Formats: sequence, structure tokens, C-alpha cells
Amino acid sequence: MTALATQLRPDLAAIADHIEPGSRVLDIGCGNGDLMAVLEKQFGCDARGIEIDPVRVERSVARGLSVVQGDADRDLANYPDKAFDYAILSQTLQTAERPDRMLDELLRVGTKAFVSFPNFAHWRTRAALMFGGRMPVTRALPVSWYETENIHHVTVDDFRELARLKGARIERSWFFANEREIGAPPFAWAANWRAEFAVFQLSR
Amino acid sequence: MAASPASKAYALPHDLPLDSGQALSGVEIAYESYGELAADKSNVVLICHALTGDQYVASTHPITGKPGWWERMVGPGKPIDTDRFHVICANVIGSCMGSTGPASEASDGTPYAMRFPVITIRDMVRGLVALLDGLGIERLHTVVGGSMGGMQALSLAANWPERAARVLVIASTARHSAQNIAFHEVGRQAIMADPAWKGGDYYASGASPDNGLAVARMAAHITYLSEEGLTEKFGRRLQDRDSKSFGFDADFQVESYLRYQGSGFTQRFDANSYLYITRAMDYFDLAEEHGGRLARAFEGATSRFCLVSFDTDWLYPTSESRHIVHALNAAGAKVSFVELSAPHGHDSFLLEHHALDRVVQGFLE
Repeated sequence: MTALATQLRPDLAAIADHIEPGSRVLDIGCGNGDLMAVLEKQFGCDARGIEIDPVRVERSVARGLSVVQGDADRDLANYPDKAFDYAILSQTLQTAERPDRMLDELLRVGTKAFVSFPNFAHWRTRAALMFGGRMPVTRALPVSWYETENIHHVTVDDFRELARLKGARIERSWFFANEREIGAPPFAWAANWRAEFAVFQLSR
Repeated sequence: MAASPASKAYALPHDLPLDSGQALSGVEIAYESYGELAADKSNVVLICHALTGDQYVASTHPITGKPGWWERMVGPGKPIDTDRFHVICANVIGSCMGSTGPASEASDGTPYAMRFPVITIRDMVRGLVALLDGLGIERLHTVVGGSMGGMQALSLAANWPERAARVLVIASTARHSAQNIAFHEVGRQAIMADPAWKGGDYYASGASPDNGLAVARMAAHITYLSEEGLTEKFGRRLQDRDSKSFGFDADFQVESYLRYQGSGFTQRFDANSYLYITRAMDYFDLAEEHGGRLARAFEGATSRFCLVSFDTDWLYPTSESRHIVHALNAAGAKVSFVELSAPHGHDSFLLEHHALDRVVQGFLE
């Protein structure tokens, strides 16, 4: 992994490592543009971003990145089919109005898609609900139920099932806990217990 | 107060063809420039001005003696840094600060007045492109404009796509809405209802339709501000009095302010220019020029775009910028867009706004 990419959040670093240099990338929920900056400066990609928070958009634009303030639920519809080699949805799926439709849109605008999300079936979350009897507030899901943007909690197994229903092929997956990658195959079966975060690479 | 020296003027070597099918001969374009031009002419930023703006973007206005209209944005070390960029700002045709307009002399030696042809935003840009041709500038580093200036930047990008590497559009729109046209029509009717207007032939009469023009400006000025801004600035406070006069003087501060804005404006602006330029804005519909689909206006565009709107701007609201962004996305163009929060409505682009500074500076990098 290259120097700049190592400064990225682990899920973003995994994504950056599997993007072909020079490709066209749409980063949905691009935040401050950290991944986009690496893709543009180090990998020579043509990166575009969508971000809902105006302060983050302003920061990204001030960095010279092409970021549009918008809502992925609505604004993806304006992009032509296969406008991008990769469409990235990082930590945004669980905030979508209809995650199933968003997955369709991702695979429409991008030849390949990366999706990352916090895994609601991680053992800490299960334990918090089972023993505490309350909606879990954990390291991966730090916000109370009444103010979280995560309106569609999802587990690794739920996502695999959604991909199957949508006819999307899972090409790769990565799982993370404690900021480190875990459960690389052949231990992927345990990911639904052990992963705090998951990243999937998909195509159709 | 020392008046600025007269602007540089460029005389077009050819007639300027217009969208109406007519052509304008003997066209002059007055412009100001700031900062050194790089040897390879790669550092030119063209700033397009708004309806009642002019070329004095960063130098003292020769009539009002006020600082340039965007001095907080343009200058040494400013977001549009004249230590790095060669900045050009030209008066649009149809206006009255040195470029050919209705007050200019026609070939018979008398002012055009209403014989001046109706022009469009694209005609204004055609004039600007002719100026760039004359200056030997093939490709701009950036074209930037707010409000009507943004319409010109969009028109340049759509019709002369190879002429600008970056296109920065602030608080603008790709088409005038019914409400936009309606406000302009109020202004035009106020001017034409003024007996001093005389069908536009007032130049030799010693009187100009200042009352009508002032009312036009007052109506328009309201659209540049937000309700919140007006309330904060004036509320229902009375002007230099303790109680209402039970008359029609300017009892309220807001009335006094608008009257001041209106009469100040007549000192520096020609009423016929106001008619022609508002008409050009009303005719503006970039999609219509391109078969009814805005995305087609930007097909094959290689420029980078940046659009900025303000949340309290109800003249050209965020939805208009978003509409342009969607078209640019559909055309596959590289585009940034941010809605900034500001209390002052449409005029926010002219006022102190640090986030706007950062966006402009970052986009020009």
C-alpha cells in the first residue's frame, strides 16, 4: 500500500488498492474527499463526489476536487448508465431511503461498485441488544437511535442476500474490526459475527 | 476623490452579428485589467459582471468614487489573486460604461436610443469573445460570474466550449423564470411610464427618466435581499422620527434606504441600458438554445465547472443551480456544487463570505 493511501480509513484504503489507475470513479458520500484526493493525485483517476453535508463539500471543493452537494437518494438518477468504472458508496447504504434501489443505481452508473457499511450483527452490537435490551451504541455505531442517520441497519448476511436478490455478483469482500482487516478467507464465514465494518466489491 | 482614468477600449474590427439576425457595427468594448499577463497567456481570468455592474471590478468607480464592486474577491493575495492571474473585466454591450449601448452614437451621429437592436446574453458573450480574440487570448484559465455574470459564463461554456478551462457560476440560473421576468417587467414599465422617457429619446432633452429608473431599481433591489436580511437591517424602525407622520414621506428606514438606492443608481446608469439588459436576461434560456435539453448545451464539455448558490437567494434559488448541475452530470462534465449559507439573499455573492472565498480560491488552483 502506498504512503498516501495508508493515511486513509482502512475501508477506504482497501477500496483505493483495488481501483485501476486512470479510471473514472464516483464517490458517493465522499466526506472531506480523502479517498478522492488519493485516487486523483496518486492513481491519476477522474474522481467525482457526492456529499450531503455543505461544510464537507466546501472543504472538498477548496481542495480542488469535483464534489457536488446532493442527496444520493435523488441525484444519482441524473448520471448516465455506466458513466463510471467504479461507483463507491462508503458508509452511506444504511442511511439511504431505499438501500435496494440505491444498489441498483450504483450498478447502473458504475461498471463495478464498492459498498461499505457498519455491520449490525457484530458481536458487540448483539451483546448490547441482548444484555442491555437497548438499541446499541457502540464504537462502530456511536449515535443514539433517535439521532442516528442510519435508518436501515444492515448485517453482512443481509447484504449478501440483497446482492443475491439483485443479481449482483460479489467479487471481493473485506472485513474490519479494531481498524484492522480481519477474517480474510477462509474465515469469511465468521464475518457476520466478527466484522465491525464490511466492504464489498460488486458487479452485474 | 480622484476619478479612475478612463477604461481601455477595444474597437471591434468587424460587425458583431446578433441573435436577432441584425448586426452591430462600430462596436467598442471598454474593459479593465489587473495583474501581469503570463508570456504564454495561460493565466487569464475573465470576470463577467451583473445587470448593473461594470468593468470596475477592482478599481474605483469613476462616477461614484466607490471601490470596485468585487474588491474583496479580486486583488493581490485575494481569492482571485492578481499576483498570479491576469484579470479582465469588460463592460457588456448594451450597457453604459464605455461599451456600445443605446446611449452610444449611431452612424447618423445621434444616440441609438430605441433604435439599438435587442441583444441577448449570447450577444454579450460574442462581444467578450471578440475582445479576447483582439487580445490574442485563446483559452481562459477561468471565466467567472455572479448573477447575470454567471449566465454569461454558462453561455461561453455552452457556445465556445474551448475558450475556458474552468467555469465558475455564482448565484445564477440557466433560464429566467416567470417570476424573474415579472420583476423585470415592473422595472421596465416604471421607466417607460416616466414622461421624461419620451420613447427613449431623452438624451438631448436635458432630462432623463430618473424617477422611473429609480423605481425600477427599488423593485429590483428588494429581490436582491432576503426578508431575514431586511428585517435584521431595518425591521419596522422609523427614519429620523419618533412617530409615524400620517403622510407619505419615508417614515420607515426601509423606505428611506430604497429611495436612496434608487436615486443613487440614476447617477450612474442609463435607463435605456436598463431596458435592454433586463430584456436580454429575460430572453435567456440556455436549454432553448440547444434543442430544449440543457444537458445538450454542455455535451462534450472538457471544462471544469463550479456552481455556488446561497440558501437565502430567492431570485436565483438553489434549485436553479441544481438544475444546471444535473444537466452537467448528465453530460458527463466535471462539476462541483455547493449551497452556502448566508443571510443576505442574492447579494450574498458580493458580500463578505469566507466559505465563498475558500471555494473560489480552491477551484482556481
